[in-house]
Amino acid sequence: MIMLEKRPQPSRAWTFATPIVAVLLTMVFGGLLFAALGQDPLVTIRTIFFDPLFSEFAWFYRPQLLIKGAPLVLIAIGLSFGFRAGIWNIGAEGQYIVGAICGAAVGLAFYPMESFIILPLMVVAGALGGLLWAMIPGLLRVKFGTNEILVSLMLVYVAEQLLASMALGALRNPEGMGFPGSRNLAQYPSASSWITQSAGMHWGVVTALIAVIFAYIALSRHIFGFNVRLSGQSPRAARFAGVNPGKLILICMGISGTLAGLAGLFEVAGPAGQVSIDFNVGYGFTAIIVAFLGRLHPVGILLAGGLMALTYIGGEIAQSNLGLPIAAIQILQGMLLFFLLAVDVLTNYRITSARKAH
Amino acid sequence: MTTKTLLASAALALGLATGATAQDTTTVGFVYVGPIGDGGWTYEHNKGRLAVEEHFGDAVETVFVESVPEGPDAERVMTQMALQGADLIFTTSFGYMDQTINVAAQFPDVKFEHATGYKRADNVSTYSARFYEGRAVQGHIAGQMTESNIIGYIASYPIPEVIRGINAAYLHAKEVNPDVEFRIIWAYTWFDPAKEAEAANVLIEQGADVILQHTDSTAPQAAAQAAGNVVTFGQASDMAEFAPFPRVSSIIDDWAPYYIARTQAVIDGTWESTDTWDGIGPGMVGIGEITDAVPADIKASAEALIERLRTGEYHAFTGPINRQDGSVWLADGEIADDGTLAGMNFYVEGITAEIPQ
Amino acid sequence: MDLSSINPILLLASLMVAATPIMLAAIGELVVERAGVLNLGVEGMMITGAVCGFVVAVGTNSPWLGFAGAAIGGALISMIFGFLTQFLLSNQVATGLALTLFGLGLSALMGQGYIGIKAPAFPDWHIPILGDIPVIGPIVFQHDPMVYVGIALVAAVWAFLRYSRAGLILRAVGENHEAAHALGYHVVRVRMLAIMFGGACAGLGGAYLSLVRVPQWTEGMTAGAGWIALAIVVFASWRPGRLLLGAYLFGGVTVLQLNLQAAGAAIAVEYLSMAPYLATIAVLVIMRAGRAPGSLGQSFHASR
Repeated sequence: MIMLEKRPQPSRAWTFATPIVAVLLTMVFGGLLFAALGQDPLVTIRTIFFDPLFSEFAWFYRPQLLIKGAPLVLIAIGLSFGFRAGIWNIGAEGQYIVGAICGAAVGLAFYPMESFIILPLMVVAGALGGLLWAMIPGLLRVKFGTNEILVSLMLVYVAEQLLASMALGALRNPEGMGFPGSRNLAQYPSASSWITQSAGMHWGVVTALIAVIFAYIALSRHIFGFNVRLSGQSPRAARFAGVNPGKLILICMGISGTLAGLAGLFEVAGPAGQVSIDFNVGYGFTAIIVAFLGRLHPVGILLAGGLMALTYIGGEIAQSNLGLPIAAIQILQGMLLFFLLAVDVLTNYRITSARKAH
Repeated sequence: MTTKTLLASAALALGLATGATAQDTTTVGFVYVGPIGDGGWTYEHNKGRLAVEEHFGDAVETVFVESVPEGPDAERVMTQMALQGADLIFTTSFGYMDQTINVAAQFPDVKFEHATGYKRADNVSTYSARFYEGRAVQGHIAGQMTESNIIGYIASYPIPEVIRGINAAYLHAKEVNPDVEFRIIWAYTWFDPAKEAEAANVLIEQGADVILQHTDSTAPQAAAQAAGNVVTFGQASDMAEFAPFPRVSSIIDDWAPYYIARTQAVIDGTWESTDTWDGIGPGMVGIGEITDAVPADIKASAEALIERLRTGEYHAFTGPINRQDGSVWLADGEIADDGTLAGMNFYVEGITAEIPQ
Repeated sequence: MDLSSINPILLLASLMVAATPIMLAAIGELVVERAGVLNLGVEGMMITGAVCGFVVAVGTNSPWLGFAGAAIGGALISMIFGFLTQFLLSNQVATGLALTLFGLGLSALMGQGYIGIKAPAFPDWHIPILGDIPVIGPIVFQHDPMVYVGIALVAAVWAFLRYSRAGLILRAVGENHEAAHALGYHVVRVRMLAIMFGGACAGLGGAYLSLVRVPQWTEGMTAGAGWIALAIVVFASWRPGRLLLGAYLFGGVTVLQLNLQAAGAAIAVEYLSMAPYLATIAVLVIMRAGRAPGSLGQSFHASR
């Protein structure tokens, strides 16, 4: 009988090897799926995983990876602190929406004035919006012991309703012929978050990279990172070490909410351009997966965000070039996540046979 | 600016490089907001695409990407299609408007067609259907079929397209039945079967015996069927599986003639930027078969109305029509201008509800 | 505005139907969570059940076989989650989200070719005698059988958790898996069974939409019902009795909102639609006693 034996230390070798194993397994099983759908498996796999990076039009797709990956990485970095400490904010989608609404509202209030100060003010508003939305589950947890997983999830639906209300009401473009949706902030120079559109660079990309660096330093070099990890591994030990659990919850929720709010603001002021009913496309939930794929490590999250973005973009290419249904892409993404989660067991456990254990 | 020149020159280079082979077939791209299996909006656009394939055979190749979120994803998909040699791209959701304009500016040689929007450019046309003509027919039938004089209306979002439909249906129901009353529910969704079923049930419980819907699922049809004596109309697709009763007729989005014509124009080199708003006449709005559950005289008068709308002899918004507040909108015999219709944000006189704000 | 046009009897009757799919999915998730497992993949299991149920029902022309197929389909897909979280010890939150993504894709592929087809009819039961009681009859005793299956399931789960030895073991596993293991219970086996039950129930809930409520197959037709089921479990503070209340409250707010609109009341729809979620948060805060199961969401590995 096969048994799992816990490793005293997570295996370094497997930490690096598991993502590669998972991607290879996904290619094998994905290939089988595509073959079953009547596609050439090799061509399909190449289209999804390689064409965005190395094809004739890679000069267009590579910057797109930044656009698609930046919000995922930014949100996932914020979530990773809490997840390490055992604080489960799964409502990043809501914080992303509220950040976008608050930031966009500030920008729209100044329209059509031009000033260098407008975008910074929007950034502050977006960050505050996300922060406040995350503080609701945070404070309820600290004050009343309410489960933050569930409160943050509930607040996603509240935020979605708020978004519909804003897109149809307060933030609706007065020159939009009665259609829902705000003015396009990307076309309002003082409010646009674009730096160089052709390079896929907007302030959200920059912020995501800065967040990765700060998270790396905080987690590996700073006492805060130590406290976070200690609380996750042993809450009792953390308390003896003088960690204030309430404070830690608020800080972790605050970081994740702020970064999610920023991601929403940069998205609405650049790539998306406007507050619309369907503004949110699930980045907040996908980022949870990205955080885990990246093993809650900043560099891992950066790579995982890139990988997710790759499957989205490659999936679109496969759809239009090969006529693959989007359902097949969703299954492939699901498989990738399943395999990544499955092989992760090898990092922390060793496979032994029961015979040996005796 | 740098983006535009970069992409344009790349497209140009591509055009030169592959020009010889690209001449043979015309590539037409479709960007869909929902899955092609939604049985409604996207399903019908995809039927239009299939019609293009069938009509042109090997001369035209079509490509599509489904469930594309509005925003940067849509922009990327359009750019990708243009890069890979699409000659004509249909973007089939209102929310793709700004993205279509952006991408079109980068690819001056590619033609774009944006559904239901109002922004155009030299290589961007807009097209939409005068669904309100179909609504007028529905109102005409509904006003005579109702015995309770209460007509239920499941609306999606309070936008001009939907408000226009409510007004058209109400005016023509009231014309044949002065006592008719409209009960309107805003579902705040285009597609949520459970919610639509509930909305239909609520309307039926409040006495409605005709249900008009501006949402895409068949759930209201099923609710009406369960209730037994409630009349419905198909929306977006024919919903013929609920004929002959409760579904007595339908509005069908028929994009095929337009898609074929525009593809032909690209092949012929005669494509120009236009603003198309077609109704029953050119066949963009199809009226599904009126079943025998409708008494013969009502059916005959409905068909006469369809015919008058088809020939253009009659406009669905012909005065005298007052606004809800009693002020005059159209004087006797006056015909609504397209600008007012496109941005319609008020109810006509007689509707007691308020547009949610 | 004409509030008199709202018929409270019919309102309550339609509420029972509206609550059924989310109640079915929620009672399954409640058992899963009481066993200490948080499966966020309810939406994915529901939509899989919806398509499996539809395919089987159309193929066999029997709605009952359809529901059986839906339960099996939901249970099968939940086993992916069970295998990953219980045997390979993957994180439950991430695995559940992946399950939803996978289920949406799988269902769309399976449902190709079933669009625009009608499901076989599933008539209402007009229960004799009981159904003829004035007021109560139309509210309670004139629905399709699945409405009663849902309520019966809730009652069965309540009795199971409260009175049966197996229920006690399940709760022990959920509260403290280390202790349960020390007492000699098979934590992983109990949790696998709970996860499969949850998948089967979610499948039934999905099939209720595709076979009764709509009844047709369209991609993405669950439209978020699985997430509402998760909310109801929390609202109910993991108790079957309150779950019934929660499902009716969530269903009820929607039905009431639509009723008010149809009666011409000018209401802010978005804000009323927020109400059930805000109510859930309020319940979470007020009912502090309704604490989550102790081991909820934690992986278990028997260290020897």
